[in-house]
Amino acid sequence: MARAAILRRLTWAIAELVDRTDETPRVRSLTLDVPDWPGHLPGQHLDVRLTAEDGYQAQRSYSIARPVDGNRVTITVEHLDDGEVSPYLTDVLEVGDRMELRGPIGGYFVWEPDRGGPLLLVAGGSGVAPLMAMLRERLRARNNVPVRMLLSWRSGEDVIYADELNAIARDATGVEITHTFTRSAPDGWTGRTGRLEREALAALAWTPSERPLAYVCGPTGLVEAVASALVELGHDPARVLTERFGPTGG
Amino acid sequence: MTDATHVDGNALGGLLIEVFGREMTDAHGCCASCGTANPLGAMRVYRGAGDVMRCPTCGNVTIVTVVIREHTRVHPAGVRWIEPAPD
Repeated sequence: MARAAILRRLTWAIAELVDRTDETPRVRSLTLDVPDWPGHLPGQHLDVRLTAEDGYQAQRSYSIARPVDGNRVTITVEHLDDGEVSPYLTDVLEVGDRMELRGPIGGYFVWEPDRGGPLLLVAGGSGVAPLMAMLRERLRARNNVPVRMLLSWRSGEDVIYADELNAIARDATGVEITHTFTRSAPDGWTGRTGRLEREALAALAWTPSERPLAYVCGPTGLVEAVASALVELGHDPARVLTERFGPTGG
Repeated sequence: MTDATHVDGNALGGLLIEVFGREMTDAHGCCASCGTANPLGAMRVYRGAGDVMRCPTCGNVTIVTVVIREHTRVHPAGVRWIEPAPD
């Protein structure tokens, strides 16, 4: 397995915002230009550090949402009402502004094509970001590992990367994407509603005999419920990888 | 129902690289309580004045990290060993 992008040292770098895209009313994707970026693997994250005028510092981690693209690194940030950092990133930071970051970080919650599959990618809300890096890399590398992606959203307006996911579901071979809505479904929705609980996973995930590699990311409650259910269904715990974002944004 | 507020070892990824000089979320730590080895990235992490890592198998404390005035200290409170992933 290539480990070129798994680091030996971490230093803070000054990055410049080069693109800002609205994904949903509360979620932005930010593309940063990071000098001498060493590259990264899908699933890795970076740490952002903001310093106030009085010297107070706040630091947060954000998953990288796109595969390697030279010095360009994209993160997808959800505005949390009580957040110290996210409102600045989503609402204040403008193209041309600079910020401190370090990375790439992560070696456990990482996928690259030679890790194989089949892949089970399960996320709630903004937890989709690192899984999107994995899916985008799988497509870019023209890799044919089968993918089942299960995404849980509160409501229709919360769907991140909606157009791209629809296009992938329609056009890509070997990629199945299932959405479920837990609070309110979009108008005319005839698909799944409710949480990704054991019965849903039994119906939608690979069977344990297919030995999938599962990546589960998002709010801690969802990650633990899904990971536990997968193990109860017979999946190998060593092949159920998790990344908890903490409590939901509310 | 209150949301679970803990995270996991992935959130300590940057701090662990600072201390160990290499990626450590894919290192394995052997819990001194139950003897199970798990990746550090899979350990539950409870954040407060310091960060407390707990074994995902038995729940006992494995590692505690504390940062005081830019000094980082790692307490191997409940691990028998830590082994980085092979290169």
